[in-house]
Amino acid sequence: MAEGAQAVSVAGGLAYVRSEPAAALPPPFASTGLIGWCRANLFGTPLNAVLTVLTLLLLAWAVPPLVRFLLIDAAWSGADRQACLASAAHPDPGACWAFVRDNLAYFTYGSYPIDGRWRVDAFFVLLAFGIAWMLWIDAPWRGIGALYFFGVFPIVSFFLLYGLPPLGLAIVDTSRWGGMLVTLVVAVVGIVTSMPLGILLALGRRSRMPAVKMLSVIFIEFVRGVPLITVLFMASVMLPLFLPPDFSPDKLIRALVGVSLFSSAYMAEVVRAGLQAIPKGQWEASGALGLGYWQALRFVVLPQALRVTIPNIVNSYVALFKDTTLVFFVGIFDFLKTIETARANPVWSTPVTSASGYAFAALVYWVCCFSMSRYATGVERRLAVGDRR
Amino acid sequence: MVWIHSLAHVLIGEPASTSPEQALGARAGMSVAELKPDQIAPSRAGGEVAVEIHGLYKWFGEFNVLRDVSLTVRRGERIVICGPSGSGKSTVLRCINGLEPFQRGEVVVDGISLGNDLKRIAEVRREVGMVFQQFNLFPHLTVLENCTLAPLQVRKMPKAQAEEVALRLLKRVRIPEQAGKYPGQLSGGQQQRVAIARALCMNPKLMMFDEPTSALDPEMVKEVLDTMVQLALDGMTMLVVTHEMGFARQVADRVVFMDAGQIVEINTPDEFFNHPQHERTKLFLSQILK
Repeated sequence: MAEGAQAVSVAGGLAYVRSEPAAALPPPFASTGLIGWCRANLFGTPLNAVLTVLTLLLLAWAVPPLVRFLLIDAAWSGADRQACLASAAHPDPGACWAFVRDNLAYFTYGSYPIDGRWRVDAFFVLLAFGIAWMLWIDAPWRGIGALYFFGVFPIVSFFLLYGLPPLGLAIVDTSRWGGMLVTLVVAVVGIVTSMPLGILLALGRRSRMPAVKMLSVIFIEFVRGVPLITVLFMASVMLPLFLPPDFSPDKLIRALVGVSLFSSAYMAEVVRAGLQAIPKGQWEASGALGLGYWQALRFVVLPQALRVTIPNIVNSYVALFKDTTLVFFVGIFDFLKTIETARANPVWSTPVTSASGYAFAALVYWVCCFSMSRYATGVERRLAVGDRR
Repeated sequence: MVWIHSLAHVLIGEPASTSPEQALGARAGMSVAELKPDQIAPSRAGGEVAVEIHGLYKWFGEFNVLRDVSLTVRRGERIVICGPSGSGKSTVLRCINGLEPFQRGEVVVDGISLGNDLKRIAEVRREVGMVFQQFNLFPHLTVLENCTLAPLQVRKMPKAQAEEVALRLLKRVRIPEQAGKYPGQLSGGQQQRVAIARALCMNPKLMMFDEPTSALDPEMVKEVLDTMVQLALDGMTMLVVTHEMGFARQVADRVVFMDAGQIVEINTPDEFFNHPQHERTKLFLSQILK
């Protein structure tokens, strides 16, 4: 028994009345601080200790060669393949970053005409501006921001990128668009359209109206049942067969529609999971207060449903972002396809060119997806205030 | 006017338009009920009818959950509904504000007859506040936002005014200092008082309580009951489903006892607790007041 607290024995030792409160003591040594943390987390059990040692060995084996290849032995500049070939000075050549530097413009713009690339840059700036406005939760005038991002920005971007001859912007056919430009266009269009479509489909699937419910279920199950690549092939190869020859929508637009519909089916299931997690009492309380269906949805149910599904929504977005690479199978030059094309160029043909190109692609995709994931974590933490139950 | 009409029903009998089965069901109900609601003079005779339920029947699938329920609530009246679980007490409340549809009978709230017309249901819900057993606060909104949401969106009240009203009512339930917190940070009793304030913010003509203290720790029951007593003293028309017999004795004008989907007995608290008429009531009271 701790000092200070003395038990008073009453009635033969069975009853007990505390006479003084027990003092709070500091925690025992080596349960806090760095040593405590290591003991608890790295060497807590024998198995834990073995795993820790194995992991350290694995890192020691894998990391130094990777650092050598990517950084120490890498060729950072040069005009052609000579910079990246093995030589007396560099018997063991590392990554050929000179190749990436030389082709960076191609990776960014594809075959977009060189004198019009400022238009793509302007698009990037407008996009970054819109995204920042939307993602910054405390930003001023978010209503105007939304109007800009979902209304003004798409229209301006379309004319900026595609062209508007009366304003001196020459038409640039989408077949010349490429690189990061196409990847971002496909990803942003997919992400932005899949959310509202997904919500509508999820509501449709839970609807009490049989026709609405059946159509939603058929759409969702059909689209989820086929691979994205099939949807894209159907959009690009089969669709023109059914449409009159003089009415053939643009190839990129067909791919955009395919990606959007595909991702909205997945989003619908994610949102539906969230809707099901909301207790019926929330609908009832909203109804009892006089809120209508759409009001209850907008102010009570969706904010909660979307919050619990943030991890799944981001999961879908990350998957969608990487799935955009599939458009290259229908002849659209996205970011990965431009790397694919550039690495086949004999000017840069070396044993390390492909590895360098793919490493760069991996890095770019990872940075994009990881930022999405980090942002979502931040939002989740911020919104978690009300979850302390 | 409506109550004269309903009184006429009692004196003359079933209206001619009633279908044979309905009349049969009504007679079956009569055999159970010793007293018809309209035969008792309300202790605070406001005269005006707030809620009129007449010959209400409801089925959940094959199960006949409400049978020939008739009840008239006058303005300013406090009615406590009690009975064993599954007797249909909550379902009656939920039929009054359209949370549950019913298949036969009539429910008239504040002169608005409730059918399947969504517009009318919305009209009724604006006038009827409801407090649930599980509070059903909106966990993603602060206490103040919980209170102002419906006035802002349904009544289209200006924000400053809605907040002023909400703060006044939070003061009335004695938790103004919690306005900025989220429901999850409050105790059960505090949450239920917020739920009461939230319903009051719509300035309802009738407040319904569906077992408001059943999900609370014993220590917190009193604070919620005190709030409800205060509300009763202020003259609110109240319809309360509860097992708190002390509350019924203290506050109710009439106690309604339900069993198996029917109203078995309606009486003043004095008569109900001291001289229960129906055998089922006696059994129920002997079990809960041991």
